[in-house]
Amino acid sequence: MYPEELHYTKQHEWVRLKDDVGVVGITDHAQNELGDIVYVDLPRVGAKVEQAKTMGSVESVKAVSDIYSPVSGEVIEINDVLATSPEKLNESPHGDGWLVKIRLSAPAEIQGLLSAADYEKYVAEETGH
Amino acid sequence: MLRAVGVDSPDALFAHLPPEVRLNRPLDIPPGKSEYEIVDYFRARGEECAPPGSHGYASFLGAGVYYHYRPVLVDTVVSRSEFLTSYTPYQAEISQGTLTTIFEFQTMICQLTGMDVANASMYDGSTAVPEAAMMALRLTGRDRVLVSRAVHPEYREVLATYAQHQGMPVSEVDYNRDSGGLDTSDLEKQIDDQTAAVIIQSPNFFGVVEDVRRAAAIAHRHGALLIFVFTEAVSLGLLEPPRDADIVAGDLQSFAISPSYGGPFAGIVATKEKFMRQMPGRIVGETKDTRGNRAFCLTLAAREQHIRREKATSNICTNQALIALMATVFMTVYGKQGLRELAAQNLSKAHYLAAKLPLRFTGPFFNEFVVSTNSSAPGDINEALLQNKIIGGLPLQRYYPELEYSMLLCATEMSRREHMDLVAEGFR
Repeated sequence: MYPEELHYTKQHEWVRLKDDVGVVGITDHAQNELGDIVYVDLPRVGAKVEQAKTMGSVESVKAVSDIYSPVSGEVIEINDVLATSPEKLNESPHGDGWLVKIRLSAPAEIQGLLSAADYEKYVAEETGH
Repeated sequence: MLRAVGVDSPDALFAHLPPEVRLNRPLDIPPGKSEYEIVDYFRARGEECAPPGSHGYASFLGAGVYYHYRPVLVDTVVSRSEFLTSYTPYQAEISQGTLTTIFEFQTMICQLTGMDVANASMYDGSTAVPEAAMMALRLTGRDRVLVSRAVHPEYREVLATYAQHQGMPVSEVDYNRDSGGLDTSDLEKQIDDQTAAVIIQSPNFFGVVEDVRRAAAIAHRHGALLIFVFTEAVSLGLLEPPRDADIVAGDLQSFAISPSYGGPFAGIVATKEKFMRQMPGRIVGETKDTRGNRAFCLTLAAREQHIRREKATSNICTNQALIALMATVFMTVYGKQGLRELAAQNLSKAHYLAAKLPLRFTGPFFNEFVVSTNSSAPGDINEALLQNKIIGGLPLQRYYPELEYSMLLCATEMSRREHMDLVAEGFR
């Protein structure tokens, strides 16, 4: 269910690492909880983000939720497709529905994130099944 | 009642308050009066006023508040208790009437301004301007605002009040001393890559119609947004809608809202669809109910403070529903053609009067214009006009020290030729 190569947070974001760049998104569990996503507010390219700090928000028909950056660094690319097709987040949360690419300023932060197995366990505990 | 709450005197109700904050004597007001004495008192005060339209007074005062005809139907509709006493239409199931009128309001504002979305109204034009400026800050990620000195001086004061605690530096762009329009070379000089918005008003405070397209081009070339402000909504019946602007902020007092000594009025913010999620205030949207019928509800509420608290786009948590309804009824009564005819009447009457007077500026104007009083004090001219039951214009020195011998005059559809001729004589 949750891809092995990704690193996860308890705020339900993921990061896929390639060299010093991390692709960031929200998890399948997060999109499922949010319901139909209608708008995604992303940081600007060039913005500095910090681990566990708000970097944007996701608006669904039910609620607005903050997106917390799983890593610190600089935003080098944002997923423009989401501006016109926010539903990509529901359809492919771990793939085409990625949010931003961040050049990591503190790569060691990755060590503190959860593995796929740990995240799945965490979600199971949180939801009680 | 005291017995029911368990105290023995009205003073006991306040016993918990520290003595230093209490007024330990009776209020310094006269003893009670009977109802008919009070009615008499207010009638007498009313006689001391010179309201245009009654007591035979004519008015040529504009400057942000305009003397227009109010169709009788306006008060008939807004005094219905369904509108007069209703609360915020959070519960769509029981609020379709109110929601429908607000939706119509938004639609007509969009048609007037050439924008894609309008909110359900703001308090007034002066507060709509800083809301639009803060919206531009969020949209551009920049913090600086440039405002034309030909924007209503009191709107600029309200902008400064908001700006001081928003980390929003505001600089003023001069007006051209000949045309009375925006000094575009001063704008070019001041605009930089930290400028979030350029704010212009058209017709501006001097009545001059601005070149919106040109101002927009300069703003956009520097990555800034153009905020278009209006105080005289009737002008939109004739002038090209400000489609080149990114945000429109204005006041609807001209649309059947009584001057009422300065308020309450209704303002608006309208914008392009791509900017709507940063728009302040309430929005009503069209949807379908469970049976597939057309229905209305508050929408995009995630921008609002009752949902998102400190992350809301604005701390405005209401709209001017009843006052905005006056404007809605006004727009419905006049319609597109009627509003155009009304605007044309304003234009021709103002130009009839202006042709008889020495104009201070050369720029094109709608129903307001600045007149040079030569070496006469504008206040003296107004005193003399008042003897003929004519309320004159606004002496501009109060807001523009350099315009000492200048007066802002306004003519509307209510201006009669005999009065206009008397005004012209007053300047000789």
